[in-house]
Amino acid sequence: MAARISDKAAIVGIGATEFSKDSGRSELALAAEAVKKALDDAGLKPADVDGMVTFTIDQNEEVDVARAVGCGDLKLYSRVPYGGGAATGTLLQAAMAVATGVAETVVCYRALNGRSGQRYSSGVSGNLITGSAIHYSWYMPFGLLTPASWVAMFTQRYMHLTGCSRDALFEVAQATRAYAVNNPAAFFYQRPFTREEYDTAKKICEPLRLYDCCQESDGGCAVVVTTPERAKHLKQPGVLIRGVAQCAARGQEEMTSFYREEIARIPEMDLAADEAYAQCGLSAKDIDAAVIYDAFTPIVLWQLESWGFCKYGEAADFVKDGNLRPGGRLPTNTHGGQLSEAYIHGVNGIVEAVRLVRGTSVNQPNKPVAHALVTSGVGVPTGGAILGRMG
Amino acid sequence: MTPEETRDFEAKIRAYVGREVGAPTRGKDDVNPAMIRHWTEVTGDESPVYCDQAFAAKSSKGGIIAPPTMLQIWSMEGYAMCQRPEMDLQRELHKIFDAHGFVGVLGTNTSTDFYRDLRPGDQVTAHTVIDNISERKTTARGVGYFIETVTKFTDQHGADVGRQVFRVLKFMPNAETAEAKASTAGAADKPAPPTRIQAPRGHDNAWWWEAIDQGKLMIQRCKGCGTLRHPPRPMCGDCNSTEWDAIESSLEGEVYSFTELHYPKFPGYPYPLLCAVVQLREGTRLIANLAGCEPEQVFIGMKVRGKVERVDDKTVLPNFYPA
Ligand SMILES: [Zn+2]
Repeated sequence: MAARISDKAAIVGIGATEFSKDSGRSELALAAEAVKKALDDAGLKPADVDGMVTFTIDQNEEVDVARAVGCGDLKLYSRVPYGGGAATGTLLQAAMAVATGVAETVVCYRALNGRSGQRYSSGVSGNLITGSAIHYSWYMPFGLLTPASWVAMFTQRYMHLTGCSRDALFEVAQATRAYAVNNPAAFFYQRPFTREEYDTAKKICEPLRLYDCCQESDGGCAVVVTTPERAKHLKQPGVLIRGVAQCAARGQEEMTSFYREEIARIPEMDLAADEAYAQCGLSAKDIDAAVIYDAFTPIVLWQLESWGFCKYGEAADFVKDGNLRPGGRLPTNTHGGQLSEAYIHGVNGIVEAVRLVRGTSVNQPNKPVAHALVTSGVGVPTGGAILGRMG
Repeated sequence: MTPEETRDFEAKIRAYVGREVGAPTRGKDDVNPAMIRHWTEVTGDESPVYCDQAFAAKSSKGGIIAPPTMLQIWSMEGYAMCQRPEMDLQRELHKIFDAHGFVGVLGTNTSTDFYRDLRPGDQVTAHTVIDNISERKTTARGVGYFIETVTKFTDQHGADVGRQVFRVLKFMPNAETAEAKASTAGAADKPAPPTRIQAPRGHDNAWWWEAIDQGKLMIQRCKGCGTLRHPPRPMCGDCNSTEWDAIESSLEGEVYSFTELHYPKFPGYPYPLLCAVVQLREGTRLIANLAGCEPEQVFIGMKVRGKVERVDDKTVLPNFYPA
């Protein structure tokens, strides 16, 4: 049975800092600004906040953010693990707290100096001091050290099994870029690119080249979650969390699930989709637009299949038919995604999904958006959320 | 260093990030023709816009300017620093590194932005901040951290005239390198070649790597139900038995998936580097490198045969060759 979480919580505020390659300030400064902006957007005061949720990898302690912003007493603080896999998991934590009365108004945030500070592309090293050291022992001596290298391994097999070619990967990259050129907040604002640039860019890990990989960015994003009742009395139209799930599947590893029966698919996202749809009784045909986690181009294809927009192995054709584009079946990553706007671990994606439902995206589709999907990072335990308008 | 010591140490050094190294330092001399002349004589830069008043006045600059690259010069401490260096925050930070064995220091790179020309009479003040400290890096010199300072230069009106980023590596000199130097005094002063990142060994995986060191590729086997598993785990997910032994692999298998690693290139690894998920005949899979073939020859389903072999001074690994 699906969790009874649907429509028990609403997103009422969104906030984001500028995105850059060198923010010139602390991650705490970014977090505080994003949170404050989200509260201002909602018309709430810091004192209204009684819960905070972020990623385990976020370096900003909840109480530090609370002090920085001037929040008062907190009754919930909770963190979600697995890097970008945490993005919509933060919404689940917030929704559960709001639905049960553990907290009434919860802020989800993520802020990082992902380019000027610690960079994810620099890979794991022999100096890890965490419990994952042993895990990575199976990969480090062989040079399989970076997220791109792990994703490349899945991609190669997916392409082998489905006949997907680089044409489809290019279309994913090109679609986000086409949106980003209109988005002043995007790194690639007013910077379109060509197939030639894509094909001649630096090789990263076969078959991935530079523009198959997201950026590394500095920035922060936050959203405010509260009860639908309270949402009715706030500044912005509330955006309901219709369904939300976080899932790890059998045989899961963190980024390196190489030992499952078949590695060219993401069963944890299949689970998340089933769960989120079941919660609200919706299906793929009800989703009007999407923000699909795009740390790398191929992972968008797998998620389109998981969420039922097409069958397994058909995502390449689905995207090549222009379905992610403005007039397509599923306008996707309308902010430019992490490939072309900024890499804020998917929380900039949650912010964009809220905009899509509000009708305020810089690339708002020319059709009503009753429901928008937003997903978390894959390769790791993951999840997704379906957002919808309040009645 | 134990993980706890490393954590404490990193907490200590990270506390310096974002702090000014000291009060802003106002240059001892204003921008002046004599120092400009000394600089151009030393560097051999004979552009008349730096020294020839008449020429400079008629040029687009409208008068003498200081060579932009002198920016840092105007606020330098001078000879005094060699005799009794002032204890600023940066030196304090370096002392913490020294105390933990990171005694090596290497200026790695610097970059400077110039916002306006400086002219005689200008007063330059430097404001330096410890901007960031990298995560721990393994370099050819040894393990260490990059420390980046950012200096903002302002003029007598408080306006920004330039900005400089300076990066140094504070590192623990490779023990091997130091020993090699000591034992071969007089021999060529060559650092030991970097090796691959070693697999951290713990309770659940050390036995596997020790077998590799002995030339054997092992596969863990549940004593309860006989299921083979890799990577090794302390409990069987099928029957929950914690009893296990291991069998030696035939080293026969096929390529299940693969990638060629291009970027970034890490010291100690040979490129082009092919990495594969190998499906062993026994049924388990493992990650290993492919050897003895060109990248374009590899395909999913390719039959391979493994060989456990030494790949560098510190590392023994299974490599798989076309069968
Ligand atoms: Zn068993």
